[in-house]
Amino acid sequence: MDEYRVLIVDDEKELVTTIAERLQIRGIQTDTATDGETALAMIEENPPQVVVLDVMMPGIGGIEILQRMNAQNIKIPVILLTGYGSTEQGTEGMELGAFDYIMKPCDLNILISKIKEAVKLYG
Amino acid sequence: MVKLPKNNSRLKKFREYIAKFNLRFPDEGTSPERYRALRRNIMILMILVTIIPLSLMATINYYQYQKSLKAEIFNPLNVLTNKTKRSFELFLEERLSTIRFISSAYSCEDLSNEKVLNRILLVLKKEFEGFVDLALINSGGRLVNYAGPYSFLGKDYSQQSWFHEVLVKGCHISDVFMGYRKFPHIAIAIQNLSGADQCWILRATIDTKKFDAIIATMELDPQSDAFILNKEGILQTDSRLYGKILEKCSLSIPHGGYGTYLSEETDNEGREIFIAYTRFVEPEYTLVVVKPRSLILKTWFTFRTEIFFIFIGSVLIIVLLVFKLTDIQVNHIKEADEKRELAFRELEHSQKLSSIGRLAAGVAHEINNPLAIICQKAGLMKDMIDVGSDFKEKSKFVQITDSILQSVNRCSIITHRLLGFARRMEVEYEELNLNEVLQEVIGFLEKEALHRNIKVTTKFDSDLPLISSDRSQLQQVFLNILANGFAAVEDGGIIIIKTWEENDEFEGVSIRDNGCGMSKKDLDNIFEPFFTTKKGYGTGLGLPITYGIIKKMGGTIDVKSTEGVGSTFTILLPKKLKNI
Repeated sequence: MDEYRVLIVDDEKELVTTIAERLQIRGIQTDTATDGETALAMIEENPPQVVVLDVMMPGIGGIEILQRMNAQNIKIPVILLTGYGSTEQGTEGMELGAFDYIMKPCDLNILISKIKEAVKLYG
Repeated sequence: MVKLPKNNSRLKKFREYIAKFNLRFPDEGTSPERYRALRRNIMILMILVTIIPLSLMATINYYQYQKSLKAEIFNPLNVLTNKTKRSFELFLEERLSTIRFISSAYSCEDLSNEKVLNRILLVLKKEFEGFVDLALINSGGRLVNYAGPYSFLGKDYSQQSWFHEVLVKGCHISDVFMGYRKFPHIAIAIQNLSGADQCWILRATIDTKKFDAIIATMELDPQSDAFILNKEGILQTDSRLYGKILEKCSLSIPHGGYGTYLSEETDNEGREIFIAYTRFVEPEYTLVVVKPRSLILKTWFTFRTEIFFIFIGSVLIIVLLVFKLTDIQVNHIKEADEKRELAFRELEHSQKLSSIGRLAAGVAHEINNPLAIICQKAGLMKDMIDVGSDFKEKSKFVQITDSILQSVNRCSIITHRLLGFARRMEVEYEELNLNEVLQEVIGFLEKEALHRNIKVTTKFDSDLPLISSDRSQLQQVFLNILANGFAAVEDGGIIIIKTWEENDEFEGVSIRDNGCGMSKKDLDNIFEPFFTTKKGYGTGLGLPITYGIIKKMGGTIDVKSTEGVGSTFTILLPKKLKNI
């Protein structure tokens, strides 16, 4: 399905590749990035429909990517992955315009439903 | 430089002395023994510092008063004795002068005339009291003329001692003697040397009624006595207590000079008496005034009794006050100690919780990532099995991946709880009814209760006012405690939940079970992180989290438990959330 093209960003390479593989099995075209710079470059080059961002990453973190996207006026729905059990970063991200946040470790089905929601909402 | 060794040795002695009394002030621990020692030592010290000055003051007062009272009592006695002595001396001096005057004014020839002598005696009797007779004695000691009631004419006195005394000293006053008429007299004799070649002696006899009159002027009280003694200790006047006139006085008077002396004695009959006595120069009489001690010291005894009762009263009041004050003081100290101890323990506990919290958060976060990978890998495996073609052990593989996913799920629950334990609590205020919150929580556990046939009874106070609190945290609190209760009871057990309004500030919730109960040791540890009795499946975080939440809300949690009978958790929650 072409309408689902997702970029997943997390510093854990194993995690992103596995999630990407699983999403692809479900027909969602998925790109991966393991650091902030690469992610930003990929967003600029070939904007995906949805970006799934890990909040805690070495270098540029999820929140900063979100801020830069805002700065460049890139309007792509962002789903944040928060490591902490706290909702603080999630709500911070929401205030910055993130679509939603999910706590790790997450259920893949929940992630997919959020992606679908985001695509439906943003078109 | 000040020399210290002496002081040091004194200090050392003082310390040893104190040590003898075991006057230690133990400053550690909260054992009852410590407070007993503290109470006893404070009491001893306080009583010492109050009673010692009091006793000192009472003693000083006692002696000062005794001294001034003695002066006050003795002075008048002294004065009275002296005055009386003067009266006696004046009386005798007067008589002596009169006789001396007569012997000088009249010649021997005149006095030898019986008529003249009779006339002189008549005048004397008229003008002076007490004269009985007059006699003229020549140098040979023979009585040559006599005027008076007796007939002594021709009597020879040359062998009598008084006659020789008159010849030597010129005058003589005799001791008292009984005359022919059997009443006491004294005789006064004067030698006249005016004649060129001859000397003669004029002698008068005086009765001593006047002595009694002088003593009567002293106005002594009935228990007191006054009398005159001659130098042999023979009574010259009647004594009320110590014999008749001319008897030997039964009271021995010490010899002294011519001053007035006071002494305390006990007489032959055991009476305690004060004696004032003074000697005359001529004749050698001693005037003695006797007063019973009890009479003189009546005021003193009254004062002594008063001072004694005041002292005893003061001591009693002091001791009572010291007891009361010490009790209050020591109780204050005890309370302060207990509060300090409690505060310290709570601080220790919360510090432990927070440091463990940080550690737990770190561990949980680190584990979360590999856990996520395992989860996704297992998920991928499952996906691949699902989409792939059938193979021999497909169902077995599905089972294995499911099992892995379940375990991962369990792990993630634990890490979430750890993170929840560690994270700062953000409390969301909400007006809520405790009964409703409890009912919701009971709802969560309904299935288990049904399954295990556990009877959950609620005794809610239906008029419970709303409280301002955080719903989800309260849910967690009640859930943790109820889960504990469920774990403690056997199938078919009973759990009773009660709510009530404790006071204006707090509402209470108690959760009681009839489960296995806890030992004293477990009870001490149940709020410690990672302490669990549920071997194998407890995280040991439920109750510490509960404790932390309640404390942060400003409430209290208390557990009572008896092994084999059950446990009761009592929680008091503030109606208004404490702002931290």
